[in-house]
Amino acid sequence: MKIAISSTIGKINEPISERFGRCKYFLIFDSECRKWDTKRNPAESARGGAGSQVVQFLCDNGVRAVISGQFGPNAYTALAAAGMQAYRASSGTPEELVERLLEGELQQVDVGSGSERHY
Amino acid sequence: MVIAVASGKGGTGKTTIAVSLAKTLAGLGVRLSFLDCDVEAPDADIYLKPSPEQRKSVEILIPEVDPSRCSGCGRCAEVCQYNAIVVFGNHPLVLPQLCHGCGSCSLTCPERAISEIPRPIGFLERGTTSDGIDFSRGVLSIGEPLAVPVISHLKQWHDHAEEEVVIIDAPPGTSCPVVESVRGAGFVILVTEPTPFGLHDLRLTVRLTEELKIPRGVIINRDGIGNDEVDRYCLANDLPILMRIPFEREIGAGIAQGKSLVEIDPSYIDRFLALYNRLEVLAASNGKVGG
Repeated sequence: MKIAISSTIGKINEPISERFGRCKYFLIFDSECRKWDTKRNPAESARGGAGSQVVQFLCDNGVRAVISGQFGPNAYTALAAAGMQAYRASSGTPEELVERLLEGELQQVDVGSGSERHY
Repeated sequence: MVIAVASGKGGTGKTTIAVSLAKTLAGLGVRLSFLDCDVEAPDADIYLKPSPEQRKSVEILIPEVDPSRCSGCGRCAEVCQYNAIVVFGNHPLVLPQLCHGCGSCSLTCPERAISEIPRPIGFLERGTTSDGIDFSRGVLSIGEPLAVPVISHLKQWHDHAEEEVVIIDAPPGTSCPVVESVRGAGFVILVTEPTPFGLHDLRLTVRLTEELKIPRGVIINRDGIGNDEVDRYCLANDLPILMRIPFEREIGAGIAQGKSLVEIDPSYIDRFLALYNRLEVLAASNGKVGG
C-alpha cells in the first residue's frame, strides 16, 4: 500500500506539514518495497479546490492512505469519493508516522462524516 | 442615471449615504430605484423599510454526470478552471461549491454525459417603500462563496428605465462583487473616513474606478477624526470632495435607531440635493472628456 504524508521541506525525518491541500511536498511510502518517493504538490497554490486536486493527484499515483494535520472540506469530499483512508496527526516525522500507522496506532478520520469547513 | 456608493473600507457609511440620497430624491418626487448589492450583508432595508412584494430564487447551473454515458475520459476536469470536477478511476466527482456555473464541462464532454442542473445560492427581493422607492436587494445564502451571480441577477432583474435614477449600495472592498456592483454606473461615490485605514482603502477603490473608467468623487464621513491625509490625497489626485459629514454624537445616535441623515437632521435634504445636482454635472462633463 502507498501512504502519502504532507511535508513542508520534503524530508522523512523532519516534522510533517499541518496542511493537506496546500503543503509543499508529499512523501510517499510504499509499504511493500519499503521505499520513499518525494513529490511536489501540484495544487500548492491552486486558486480553489486544492484539497480535491491533491486527492486526484495522489489517487493517480496509486496512493491509498494519507496522513496530515488537517483536511479541508473539498479534501473530505474527494477522499470519500476516492475511497482513500485518511489519518490525522498533529506532530511527528513521516518516518515515525508511517510505522505508527502500520502498527494501527493512528486514528482514522471518518471522511464520510462531512467536513469541518474553513471560512 | 445610475449612482453607485462604494468604499474600500467597511463601515465607512456607504448605506447611510445611499439611503439618505435616496430619501432626499424620493421626497422630491423623483422616480427612483434602490439596489442593495451588498449581498453578503444587506441591511439597507432596515432604513428604508420596503414592503416585500416579490421574491425570486438565484440559481447557478452546475454539472450533473450521467454515469451510464460517462467514459471517464476526464476532459471535464481538464477544462474546469475552478477545480470543481475531479475524476477518480472512471468516476467524475462534482464539487458544487467550487463551480462557477460556466458550462465548459458540459460543452466539451465528448459523450454528452453532462447535463446542467440549477443549484440555489441565494434570493432576490423587491418591494416599495412608503415614500415610493422601488427597492430591491440580493441575499447570498449563508455558507455560499459566490456573491457575483446574486449581484448580476439582481441587476438584470431590475431592468430600469433610462431616465430613472438608480442608487446602488455596493459591498465593501475592491474584489469581484464590487466590480459587478459598480459596473455600468454613471458615477461612483466613494465614502471614506479621514484615517490611515480609510485612506489606504480609498486609494484601492480609486484605482478600481480608474480601471472601470467611471467618474467618481469622495464623501468624507466622520470628518474631524484622524488626520488630513485623505484631504491631501484628494487634492493631489484631482478627486472632488463632494460632502463632509462631521463626527457627531447626534448622528451616531440617530443611525443607531435606524434613521437616515435626512431624518436625523432635515438640513441634510438640501445638502443631498446639491450633491445630486453636482453628480449630474460631474457625470456629464466626464462623459464628454472621455469622448
